[in-house]
Amino acid sequence: MDARKKILKIEGLERRFPAPDGKGETQVFGDLWFDVKEGEFVCLIGHSGCGKTTLLNIMAGLDKASGGHVLADGFNVEKPALDRAVIFQGHALMPWMTALGNIDFAVASRWPGWSRDERRAQCQKFIDLVHLTGSEDKKPAQLSGGMKQRVGIARALAIEPKILLMDEPFSALDALTRGSLQDELLGIVAARNQTSFMITHDIDEAILLADRIVLMTNGPEARVCEIVENTLPKGRNRSDMHTHPNYYPMRNHLIEFLVNRSKSFKQELAARSYDPKSPPTVRPGAPSDRPNKVAS
Amino acid sequence: MSDEMKERIKAIAASVAFLGLFLLAWNVFVTAQNGPAADMDPELAALLGPQAKGQSALPTPGEVGAEIWSHVTNPFYDAGPNDKGIGIQLAYSIARVLTGFGLAALIAIPLGFLIGMSRLAERALNPYIQLLKPVSPLAWMPLALYTIKDSEISSIFVIFICSIWPMLLNTIFGVASVRRDYLNVARTLEVTPLRTAFRVILPAAAPTILTGMRISIGIAWLVIVAAEMLVGGTGIGYFVWNEWNNLSITGVISAIFFIGLVGMVLDLILGQAARLVAYAE
Repeated sequence: MDARKKILKIEGLERRFPAPDGKGETQVFGDLWFDVKEGEFVCLIGHSGCGKTTLLNIMAGLDKASGGHVLADGFNVEKPALDRAVIFQGHALMPWMTALGNIDFAVASRWPGWSRDERRAQCQKFIDLVHLTGSEDKKPAQLSGGMKQRVGIARALAIEPKILLMDEPFSALDALTRGSLQDELLGIVAARNQTSFMITHDIDEAILLADRIVLMTNGPEARVCEIVENTLPKGRNRSDMHTHPNYYPMRNHLIEFLVNRSKSFKQELAARSYDPKSPPTVRPGAPSDRPNKVAS
Repeated sequence: MSDEMKERIKAIAASVAFLGLFLLAWNVFVTAQNGPAADMDPELAALLGPQAKGQSALPTPGEVGAEIWSHVTNPFYDAGPNDKGIGIQLAYSIARVLTGFGLAALIAIPLGFLIGMSRLAERALNPYIQLLKPVSPLAWMPLALYTIKDSEISSIFVIFICSIWPMLLNTIFGVASVRRDYLNVARTLEVTPLRTAFRVILPAAAPTILTGMRISIGIAWLVIVAAEMLVGGTGIGYFVWNEWNNLSITGVISAIFFIGLVGMVLDLILGQAARLVAYAE
């Protein structure tokens, strides 16, 4: 068993919206159970419309659940807090502030008592970390898409959160920029042992970054189909990841899910037993005689 | 020389040429109306001025130019209630506009902020704002004169009431349409409501608010002329009316020039202020 502390727990989470015709309610997702352990990187994959962003907003405290709850470090999440930083899909930088100003706004919120010099030092540390040295005084409009999201990453990390929540942070970027940002994020997160949760629909991104991947079926009434443990060892990198024997089993399993199983999950359920409180864990590419859960 | 410079020089040349043509046409139009001098009593002729000499009552551009120049060289003379320099009259009008506009801004911007933050308040108050906004500010004048009983304060009130609506509506709109993302960032950072208001909502809405202020000062400057014609005493509106009573078309035209000039400067100042708070998304 993984002995690490479960720092983020999703327990029976449900979200309903009023139905479009005004009669009754539609459940976007329900009966979600999973967790994120300390220092772990978990990705959630699902098609658009399964409520991924809503789920992340509830985890951040920006939205309310209709049922169930999210526990962050043992406390029920009811509103946003500084221990959970969010990297938004659109970088969400304040356009009237410079890159430094945006990060400083976060740092000053986290440590209101700090002097200007202390804040400046903290900001600079994270600007350097995301390789934006020299662009401190530029406004977001003067930065490229990749650089904007770097500022977003620096802003989230600079408050030294317990949990980093990311909502498809790289989906608006071109493939090359996305790749280099993924590499950087991977390095930073590993070096800081940063507990992270990311929503994505990019399979390679999930295989590269995640220790475990939560598969979410299509909405409405989306469920956690299963949890995939990444069988590629830590220290993955984009240049040789695909040469590992487990890469294609992982990738094929995830594609199979996205293309077929995410739609037909309800029929699949009829044929087997399913406990939403502990969705099956699978390890694609691992020898089949090994038990499902092993210490990592 | 860059193409941009060439374009600018062309535009300036065209402006000057246009002005020259306009002044020439004006001059031709006025002098063409000149006929033979009427045969009349010299005292009556003196009263009637140029018309008795067979000249048009409309001045030539040269006469207006001389009048404007005399105002520019001696703007602040004071020879009794009906004969003050145009600088003094403009100063009265500008002071009234700035007072009324300033009071309106002091109320409209904070009030618009509160209304803009609440969907309920916005919906509840919108019908009243929509009802009062299209009312000509001069329609308030009798009510103001009756209740305030002071013509000076009444004209300031009329400026106040006409400049409040664009600022109020733009502030409400600007605050209500601040991007959700910015507010979510502030929420995840546990920023206090007051700090969110000043560091996030105000800068985000500032360009829209400034646009409202710019519309307001334009309307205020339009309205002050009419208000001062009605109330009398001092100010550029009174000056225009006084020149009309003196049958001095020259005076009226030169006043129009100065009214336009001041209006342009007021708009330029707010335009510069708007540039200071503008941001590119």
